[in-house]
This record gives sequence, structure tokens and C-alpha cells, in this order.
Amino acid sequence: MIEVKDLRKGFGDVEVLKGITTTFHPGKTSLIIGQSGAGKTVFLKSLIGLHIPESGTISFDGRINTNFSIEEKMQWRQEIGMVFQGGALFDSQTVEENVMFPLKMFTKQSQAEMLERVNFVLDRVNLENSNDKLPAELSGGMQKRVAIARAIVMNPKYLFCDEPNSGLDPQTATVIDNLIQEITDEYKITTVINTHDMNSVMEIGENILFLKDGKKEWEGSSDEMFKTDNEAVVGFVYSSNLFKKVREAYLKETN
Amino acid sequence: MNYIEHIGKYFIMLGQVFKKPLKGRIFREALFKEIEELGLKSLGIIMFISFFIGGVIALQTALNLDSAFIPRSLIGFAAKRSIILEFAPTFCSIILAGKVGSYITSSIGTMRVTEQIDALDVMGINSLNHLVLPKVIATVFFYPFLIILGMVLGIFGGWLAGVLSGLFSGVDYIAGLQSDFKPFLIVYALIKTLVFAFLIATVPSYHGYYVKGGSLAVGEASTQSVVWTTILIVIMNYLLTQMLLT
Repeated sequence: MIEVKDLRKGFGDVEVLKGITTTFHPGKTSLIIGQSGAGKTVFLKSLIGLHIPESGTISFDGRINTNFSIEEKMQWRQEIGMVFQGGALFDSQTVEENVMFPLKMFTKQSQAEMLERVNFVLDRVNLENSNDKLPAELSGGMQKRVAIARAIVMNPKYLFCDEPNSGLDPQTATVIDNLIQEITDEYKITTVINTHDMNSVMEIGENILFLKDGKKEWEGSSDEMFKTDNEAVVGFVYSSNLFKKVREAYLKETN
Repeated sequence: MNYIEHIGKYFIMLGQVFKKPLKGRIFREALFKEIEELGLKSLGIIMFISFFIGGVIALQTALNLDSAFIPRSLIGFAAKRSIILEFAPTFCSIILAGKVGSYITSSIGTMRVTEQIDALDVMGINSLNHLVLPKVIATVFFYPFLIILGMVLGIFGGWLAGVLSGLFSGVDYIAGLQSDFKPFLIVYALIKTLVFAFLIATVPSYHGYYVKGGSLAVGEASTQSVVWTTILIVIMNYLLTQMLLT
């Protein structure tokens, strides 16, 4: 479980995060949504320790990350899996080397053991027989799947994804969404996804955090999102006619 | 950002670079890869340029020393001094700053803008140590061999140019090479090479690591890194010469 309390972060005179408090639960897929500039990326980067907050705390199963010793921080890092927007795969390494990299760095496993684990996770993300390919030889969807495989190869307790569907066609985006949700459920990972994709919100949003101007504007499930009267949420999520109609149909059905 | 801030940030970067690598095996693999990328792949250009510039230095010296009162062995002596003292360590380093410096900045800069460095940091890996230390060790250990090869080929190029052109004899040239030979000058050249190799690895790494923006910013950073590495090589060349030879 990740508990965030009154998180604040700014750059120079600009305050980007203005006191966010929320909780992300294990085995649940939590989504962060909001307009561009709302502070989603800064929030996600603060969660994974790439930004140091000015005040407030982030605790991982009761452990506050800013209080970690070097050893504790190293241990905590190994409990984190991160899927970056562009995949962030190492260009010069093959798929197998990319996925094996954290194992090589942090475990004392033999080559055979590491290869077995790599093949297992590649199989889990439906990427068999791609071990020797370079990232440049893969499609966008395949790159995202390799990134997911690399993120879960160390059995993380916390999985973070930054715009996992950006640049993907709707069908591939759904595959990625379902894959993340299955992995979250299967391994009881605390998963936090930063997204703009409303399909993802409707499909896998068990807990949705809506940010506006660096503050938490609204929080709830996708079902609750259909019923909310919050103007900012309604204006953002149901800005397209398709989603307006979906919402109307849902409300008609449930009333 | 002003120059003082850049200098401070550069030294803070060095503090992170010179830490014990997390895994010796991974570090060794990276080191051999960097020796190949930064050293072996530069062999061709250094051999080619050294050979021909050595020839030109000998020819120019011969053409400008046409007095009957000046011994012809002075051509070999002047070519030797020029090549060992300046051409091989300084000119070759400037050439390497262009070739290797732009490669280092663009490769690290691309990793920055495509979030590969963030990925390393999130995994708990000291990205500066992981990316830059193998480059520094590779250049500092390999470039002295490269520069010595440059010296040998430059001097050989000078001999061949003289023999083929008929401007001076091989015997005179070799006599010039042997006269007033001071081993310290080789040491001086190698000390300069070590300092320049360090700059060639670290200054472009700094520009690449802290790049902000997209591909255009990476291109600009590459240009900046070559310019600053060259400037620093020229300044250090002057300071080292003053310290070691005067």
C-alpha cells in the first residue's frame, strides 16, 4: 500500500503539487488523470523518487521513502517496477538483455536461472521468440510489452506506468491495459498508472484520482465516475460525445 | 546557468562517477565495449591522419630549411619534436574530441531524452557511475597507446615523405631523430594525453547527461561538448606545458 500525505512539490516559484493526499491499495489498478499541466507526471515522478518532495510524505507499506538509509533505498528500488511512456528500453541491448538487466544487476542468479525467469516474463506478456530482437525492430505495442516484462522481472510490489497506451492503436492499448490489470491482480501489486486514455479509465480504473491545478479534485471508481456531479471531472472525462452517450446510457440503465 | 554553476555541477557529477560499480562483471563488460567504441574504432582515423600529417610536417620543414649552413638532420629533429610534443598528443586529442566527444554526448543525451537514464535511476542504479566511469577508464587507459601509435606513424610518415620526394635522405632524417633525444618529452606527451583523455570522456558526458529537451537539444549539446572539450584541451595544453617544460 502506498500512502501519500499532503505532498507538495514546486520548481522555482511555480508550485506544481499543492498538497495531495491519497492511498493506493495492493491488487488494485489506480489511475491518475487530469489535464496536461495538472501535475500528473510530477506526482508520478515524486512517487518513484525521481523528484524529492518539498513537504509531505510518501510511505510504502509504512516505510517513508525520504527516511530510507542507502541500503533501504536500494531495497525499495528493487521493489519498484516502472513502465515509461516511450518504453525507455536500452537501444543497444536485445529484448532478452533488456529484461535480464535488473536480474544481472541485483541478483546472484546463474545465467540459466536468469534466462528461465526472462523467458517466463516474456511469455507472460505474450512475447515469445523475440529474445534476440533489438528494440528498434519491435512495434510500439511490443516495446511496451517488453517494458512491462522488464518492470515485473524482479517481482515488484509496486508498479508504475506513465501513459502506457500513448501512441498505440485502440486494440493494442486494450491488450496492454488488460495485461497490466491481470498482472496487478495476479501478483497483488500496487499499480499506479498515469493516463490520458479514457478507455483505460473505463476499462481498468478501480481507483481513479483526478488532479486539477496540482490538487486532488476527485477520487473514486469508474462506476462512481459515471455518477459524479463534479463539474471538472464531468467536463474532462465526458468531453467527447461518445463518452457523454456512454454515461447517459449507464445512468439510464442504473436508475 | 552561469559558468560557475556549470563547473560546480561538473565536479558534483564527477563525485557520482567515481564510486564503486554495483556489479564488477557488468562494469567489465561495459569497459570492453567502451574500449571498442571509443578506442579501437578511432584507430583508423588516428593512423591515417598521423601518417599524412607526419609527412607534411617533414616536407614543410625540409622546404623551409634550404640553407646550406643548416644540417639536413635538423628536418628529422624538428619533425620528431613537433610530432611528439604537439601533434600526437594535442592535435590527435582535438580530433578525438570531435569524433568521440560528439558520440558520447549524443549517446548519453539520447538516453536522457528517451528516459533510459530515468529507468536506470528508478532501478536504483547510479546512472552516472554506470554510464560514464567505463568511458573514463577506457579513454584514460587506451588513448596513451593510441597517441604513441600516432607518434610512431607520424615519424614514419615523415621519413617516407622525405625518401619518396628526394628532399632529404633517410639517413639524415634518422640521425635527426636520434639527436638530443629526451625521454621526458615522451612522458610529458603522455601526461598531456591522460589529462586530455579525461576531458574527452567527462566533458561530453556532462553535456549529454544534463541535456533537456528533444533531439534538437541533443544535437546542440553535441556541438557544445565538442567546442568546450576543444577549448579545455587548448587551455590545459598551455598550462601543462608551462608547468612541465618551463
